[in-house]
Amino acid sequence: MTSSTHLVYLIALPLFSSALLLLLGRIADKWGHYVATAVSATTFLIGLSEFFAMRSREGAARSSVQTLFNWISVGSFKVDAALLLDQLSICFVLLITGVGTLIHIYSIAYMSHDRDRRRFFAYLNLFVAAMLLLVLGNSYLNLYVGWEGVGLASYLLIGFWNERPAYAVAAKKAFVANRVGDIGLSLAIMIAFAQFGSVSFDGVKAGVPHASTAALTALGAMILLAATGKSAQFPLQSWLGDAMAGPTPVSALIHAATMVTAGVYLITRSNFIFDASPTARVLVVIVGAITLLFGAIVGTAKDDIKKALAASTMSQIGYMILATGLGPIGYAFAIMHLLTHGFFKASMFLGAGSVMHGMNDEVNMRKYGALRKAMPITAATFGLGYLAIIGVPPFAGFYSKDKIIETAFNAGGAKGWLLGGAALLGAAITAFYMTRVFILTFTGKSRWDDEAHPHESPSLMWIPMVVLSIGSVASGFLFNSGNALVNWLAPVVNSANFHSEKELMKPIVVSLLALAVVVLGAGYAFLKYRADVPVVAPEKVSLFTKAARRDLGQDDLNDLLLVRPGQALTTALVKTDENVIDGTVRGIAWLVQYLSYSSKKIQNGYVRSYALIMALGALALVATIWVVTL
Amino acid sequence: MDISNYLYLSAILFTIGAVGVTIRRNAIVVFMCVELMLNACNLAFVTFSRLHGTLDGQVASFFTMVVAACEVVVGLAIIVTMYRSRRSASVDDASLLKR
Amino acid sequence: MHNLFSAALTIGATKTPEAVQFWILAPLAVLAAVGMLVVKKAVHSALLLAWIMISLAIFYIAQDALFLGIVQVVVYTGAVMMLFLFILMLVGVDSSGSLVENIKGQRGAAFAAALGLGGLLTSLIGRAIVPHEAIGLTVSNSAGNVQGIAQELFTQYVWAFEVVSALLITAALGAMVLAHTPKSSPSQRFLSTARFRGESLSATAGLAPSGVFARHNAVDVPALLPDGSVAAESISATLEARGDMIVSTPFEMKPQIEEEN
Repeated sequence: MTSSTHLVYLIALPLFSSALLLLLGRIADKWGHYVATAVSATTFLIGLSEFFAMRSREGAARSSVQTLFNWISVGSFKVDAALLLDQLSICFVLLITGVGTLIHIYSIAYMSHDRDRRRFFAYLNLFVAAMLLLVLGNSYLNLYVGWEGVGLASYLLIGFWNERPAYAVAAKKAFVANRVGDIGLSLAIMIAFAQFGSVSFDGVKAGVPHASTAALTALGAMILLAATGKSAQFPLQSWLGDAMAGPTPVSALIHAATMVTAGVYLITRSNFIFDASPTARVLVVIVGAITLLFGAIVGTAKDDIKKALAASTMSQIGYMILATGLGPIGYAFAIMHLLTHGFFKASMFLGAGSVMHGMNDEVNMRKYGALRKAMPITAATFGLGYLAIIGVPPFAGFYSKDKIIETAFNAGGAKGWLLGGAALLGAAITAFYMTRVFILTFTGKSRWDDEAHPHESPSLMWIPMVVLSIGSVASGFLFNSGNALVNWLAPVVNSANFHSEKELMKPIVVSLLALAVVVLGAGYAFLKYRADVPVVAPEKVSLFTKAARRDLGQDDLNDLLLVRPGQALTTALVKTDENVIDGTVRGIAWLVQYLSYSSKKIQNGYVRSYALIMALGALALVATIWVVTL
Repeated sequence: MDISNYLYLSAILFTIGAVGVTIRRNAIVVFMCVELMLNACNLAFVTFSRLHGTLDGQVASFFTMVVAACEVVVGLAIIVTMYRSRRSASVDDASLLKR
Repeated sequence: MHNLFSAALTIGATKTPEAVQFWILAPLAVLAAVGMLVVKKAVHSALLLAWIMISLAIFYIAQDALFLGIVQVVVYTGAVMMLFLFILMLVGVDSSGSLVENIKGQRGAAFAAALGLGGLLTSLIGRAIVPHEAIGLTVSNSAGNVQGIAQELFTQYVWAFEVVSALLITAALGAMVLAHTPKSSPSQRFLSTARFRGESLSATAGLAPSGVFARHNAVDVPALLPDGSVAAESISATLEARGDMIVSTPFEMKPQIEEEN
């Protein structure tokens, strides 16, 4: 383990820049976005230099640590504020700063008409700082700070246009759903402290072999809860669709490429816990499998391009979570899919943003159509991302998703068939809805509104899209050539000496099968949406479509199970407060007042009355003596 | 004659004094009733002194007289002051405390 | 004098005469006490109280408390009661308060309390004393009653005696402070000095009297100041308020008078 002195700059620079932009106020309006972008680019360069430095080292020396200060010191409980950069976190650092920088550049143009662009960039930098703290913290507690930081940044950015009540509500919803997950993480930290007396990754890892199965399962379940909150997994997924209220670059950066994958990072980071607890791992695959199908189904029915992409994100993260539940090799594949997804989903979100930019912020795909001629570059980059996500070789998604499907089948027995089948079905649906999105947006006849004049976006916007689409084309091949990423991550996730015990199918069979279902899904979508598409969504649709349009009733379920009872409880509490508690207090006040008014009459100011009361007192005294001397 | 008759007399005089304090309004009469109560006590002291065959009771009675003298001096001064400011010696007129 | 003392002592020592004396004096004392409560005039109350005090003095002497008996007569009946009468003179001998009660329930409660108190005290005395026969002060007074009390006062009770002396001085001072009043109105000397030190010298010689240069009923005609203008202050405020004042402008000395000359 190497000690480092400049990891802190990765966090400090964007944090400082964020504070600067927020504190300077309107003074910084003219140049604030350049500062923010430059800072983001600088962190990317630091990340790159760290990466190459790490590659030049070997073995255990690759990970580096920087201890900043002694944070908590209570009795035997000691937590340092320390940063850990290892093979896993460097992947995230590069993804966050790289994609982050591109999106900063994109936002300069995208937000150019917004009078609060400086504030937007301040929040973006705040997000980058918090996210880097999340992936660099060397203990669960340090991670938690970043975890809450990204939650805050996400809240601020979703509600960036909080002058619109719906957006403010969306921000609140995201925040509350995240809080539920956060409780899971804080409980996990408490369990870790209670069990192992330490909250650092190393400390917990050292303690795992001595811990009871029940404790490990509880710990794993709480970590999973945290992950479902942050990564929009079942059953806490409902906030992600609404989170699309934020500006599109935010959706691309936070709600597609980075923050929502924090749950995958957390589970991967806690691999030693899940390796030791099969029960927790089963929970993870269940959540992953449900979510990947759930997201995919919801995605088929959405007409809002951003919501369709959000549902897709949910589904893809479901793949990742599924992979993390599949054992040591799965972690590496999850991270691989995470990275490739970061490229192609960010690319597609930026494409969606570009389309909206050209279409007067119209998000309804039914009003798009035939945009490929008007915006060729956007169409090309989006198309590359599209091919990547549905898993057409040799694009990035093919490598990463196939590996997950393969691993799922290899889980063995009925479990293998179930998980593999789910993953395969997910791939088919993915192909269907992504094809639908692409066809509705870029091909067919134009269904534009009269005042829409689509045009290609400025270069500041399309250059990042091009860079990202190059990533979505090439990254899968790069990561997979010679098992590069698996070997790179091996020291962290312990995937080096992994051997699949029983292969249900040869990898090539799985790949062909996956390709076949992709072709089926895409073909069905092509046949269905080749013809004219009504501008207004048809009302007479199957029950299934209706359910998918309503997010499979998740919001209704939340309403029924949580929101309504919560509101009823609140109302009841208010009533109790007003009547019982306030009533008691007022009653006491009234009683005191009444007694005071009554006893005030004794105080009539006449000295003779006081003398009489004294005489009565003397009488009482004598009476007492009389009684006790009987 | 039973010596306790003096004590009964003392109790009766004391009680009458107490009634006077509570029902009379003229401050001087009230004050005189207080003196009557003190005198009743003195009678009891003197009787007890005789009963026990020691002079302690008489000494106590002596002190009571001294204190009563002080009280009369200060009390009468207060009455004079009061009378001077309100042209009245009624204790009911000095009832500003209730407001 | 000495004969009187010894006579008193012999009265106290013999039982029957004491009983006779008690049964004559005690009912009278109680009667006088009740009378104190019911007479209207304070001075009558004072006389009744004096009678009670003298009765008590006789009881003291009858009970071998010669010194206290004399002190009772001299201090209480002599000094204190005189003080009371003195204050009564100051307040007004004839001042008689109404006996009508004006505090609701005061009188009833007072009598109830008095009955209770008296009953309980009597009952207690009865329970406490009955078996006792008085020891008497023959032994204690063997060196003389005054000497005996002096012995007690200057040995056992010397500290209390000193404290009481401090109390007496304090009470005297307190009475002086209470009875002292600042002068009610400023002196003529003070007023005249103030006139000269005031902001304007116009009123230095005092306000002009009304009726100067009177052509009408003098009181409602304003005075004229040395410069010939009207002094509005020379008219009584009451007249002004009543509207009985004659408008003062015609009386101003105008330059035209000089022209006539």
